[in-house]
Amino acid sequence: MKPRSLVNIEDYDKEDILRIIETTEKFKKNPNRSLLKGKVCATLFFEPSTRTRLSFETAINRLEGRIVGFSDTATSSATKGESLRDTIMMVSNYTDLIIMRHHLEGSARYASEISHVPIINAGDGSNQHPTQTMLDIFSIYETQQTLENLTITIVGDLKYGRAVHSLIEGLSHFKPTFNFVAPDELKIPKKHKLFCDKKSIKYREFTNFSPEAINEADILYMTRVQRERFTDLMEYEKVKNIYVLRNDMLADSRENLKVLHPLPRVKEISPDVDDNPKAYYFEQARNGVYTRQAVICDLIGIDVES
Amino acid sequence: MSKALQVAALENGTVIDHIPPEQLFKVVSLLRLQYLNNRITIGNNLGSRKMGSKGIIKISDKFFEEDEINRIALVAPKVKLNIIRNYEVIEKKRVTLPDVLTGIVKCNNPKCITNNEPMKTKFDVIDKDRVILQCKYCEIKTDKEEIILSKGK
Repeated sequence: MKPRSLVNIEDYDKEDILRIIETTEKFKKNPNRSLLKGKVCATLFFEPSTRTRLSFETAINRLEGRIVGFSDTATSSATKGESLRDTIMMVSNYTDLIIMRHHLEGSARYASEISHVPIINAGDGSNQHPTQTMLDIFSIYETQQTLENLTITIVGDLKYGRAVHSLIEGLSHFKPTFNFVAPDELKIPKKHKLFCDKKSIKYREFTNFSPEAINEADILYMTRVQRERFTDLMEYEKVKNIYVLRNDMLADSRENLKVLHPLPRVKEISPDVDDNPKAYYFEQARNGVYTRQAVICDLIGIDVES
Repeated sequence: MSKALQVAALENGTVIDHIPPEQLFKVVSLLRLQYLNNRITIGNNLGSRKMGSKGIIKISDKFFEEDEINRIALVAPKVKLNIIRNYEVIEKKRVTLPDVLTGIVKCNNPKCITNNEPMKTKFDVIDKDRVILQCKYCEIKTDKEEIILSKGK
């Protein structure tokens, strides 16, 4: 039988998400446990990503597991022309778990079909990055003490942002209301609106970063509007400053509002927001370690006591 | 001429009728008929009262598996299949798309793993009526108009 893997946030149903949240809370209270003693985890980063790799490696180190792997393809046999299939066959013979990032879309799903140890997808091109979604969802739960019936305002690049699409899928179990705030060129794609319709999820679209969208939100999820996404640079010049969050814009927001961002941030959150207690993006990034500890233990089948 | 095309002329085998002429050779390729040693008769641009013109393929002593024959629904969803035994039509069938298509359609996403590894493609058929496929790997959707059949045996 194939082991369970985490390739796509859709691999997790509602119970799975709630179970991971519960385990993540335990790790946040006490991250240092010798649960992976005697286990070897592979981190195969065919494409470099410092933040994600360090977060996974910190998670494993705090659980006293050992790590093998590479952080870019220059030091892997992929440069010699080895197929992904052969690399995964070999590494799954050596290790207890494989964490991989690859620039090709669908690579993690393919690896999960070959491997006889669990695969965690740490990003396959612009397709999926499910542990990012889990840490987003955990941060939402942690700050609101529930996931049910929340209003989430998502701002910025809603067309290409993979974090945004996965977040919509992950939250779809919990009756959310979405406000989608984006310029015309980066509007939420139709397929995600159809997805919301199918699941009876309420949403509104805004082309202006209006006070209404901020003030009725429980979560304000900011993303980067990237210059290279625009076909018309005039259009970029017009909108680049519209989707910037400044501290004064939070004046009438809800008490419980928290601002999240998958990071790295460039200019879309002004530095004066950082000192506002509603800013939660750095804590959100810290949660990445605990969430990944929870996902790893869950896939290997290790029980985590409180 | 019309007599030579009688379905009854086949002793045992499969007749695929009412193929749109422009799809005939795609049907040949989807069923890999070029690799069969059976006796095969192919007719194209034949008169048809219903369609104006049509193509027809008769294959002796060949009875396809459901999954195999259903592939042709991708290009010719309205074909009619006649199963012949002892010169008689013992079964008339239509084709319906299977739930999963393996190794038949190429993924149009150049960054998909299936275009970069020696492996078979796999698509979920998410809408059988409108023919919409979704790559199992990169998750990109392919509409009917965008379908490209994969090469190779």
